[in-house]
Amino acid sequence: MPFDYRKIINGTLQSFFNMFIAIGFMVLGGVFGFLLRKKEFRNISKIITLLIWILLFILGLEVGGNPQIISGLTNIGIEALIITVAAVLGSAIAALVLWKRINNKQKGLHEE
Amino acid sequence: MKSSIIIVSFFVLGVLFGYFEIIPLSVVDNDISFYALCCLMFCVGLSLGNDSNTLKRFTRINPRFYLLPVATIVGTLLGCAIISLLLPGRSAIESMAVGSGFGYYSLSSIFITEYKGAELGTIALLSNIIREIMALLLAPLFVKYFGKLAPISVGGATTMDTTLPIILRFSGKEFAVISVFHGFILDLSVPVLVTLFCSF
Repeated sequence: MPFDYRKIINGTLQSFFNMFIAIGFMVLGGVFGFLLRKKEFRNISKIITLLIWILLFILGLEVGGNPQIISGLTNIGIEALIITVAAVLGSAIAALVLWKRINNKQKGLHEE
Repeated sequence: MKSSIIIVSFFVLGVLFGYFEIIPLSVVDNDISFYALCCLMFCVGLSLGNDSNTLKRFTRINPRFYLLPVATIVGTLLGCAIISLLLPGRSAIESMAVGSGFGYYSLSSIFITEYKGAELGTIALLSNIIREIMALLLAPLFVKYFGKLAPISVGGATTMDTTLPIILRFSGKEFAVISVFHGFILDLSVPVLVTLFCSF
């Protein structure tokens, strides 16, 4: 199978492009929030919760509707799960080490 | 706890709807999730900008927190290398290639499928989806047992977008800058590290 560089480069560029658009929306929201800081947005956390539900539902749709993932769930899935648990535990332990080192030396997130 | 049970339910409901084709998959292809993500990011930005303490938080971060991406990369790769000893027929390099997707499943699975074949590519896809799901659903547990930085580390490359709201909720709004910085560095590291481990 020939290596399709173009597909990978296009995919990478598309992902980075989308990422920057998403960040752009956050910055835009931040500017709006700052300009309107005298106004209180009471419902914003409810809207955030609702959007998280929608996004997870769609992620579920993608997983459930992908035959490659569903059929792989039994044997390949167990291997993927084992590697993931190791990766997640490794990074969580590394984060704990950093967290403890910072808290021992300084009082916390913000320098006094 | 109640909120994460509801979140899990929505995910499971989505899986069932997708599996039994109750909702046609064309819904997914129509970039709805990207629009929803942009709305979500806008709302997160709004709530950050609206909080009068945010600016104070932005400027007074202990510089040591910028080491978090290094901790995430080292911890993940060590975990993957160690566990590969228990997996028959899976080399440490292959295991680390899967791990260096850091939850960025679309990109890492494309790369690994191209370089190493469909089997490892599918493992990478599943593994990195599971990582994102774990980061979304288990954040409160990680905060409890591994400290407030752990949800960010576990979130990997997704902490500047999809897992950011969850991190802000369970670790605190003061972690917004670190989380975005971490996600940015990890995002950049995915193509580099995956290619590196696939080239052996």
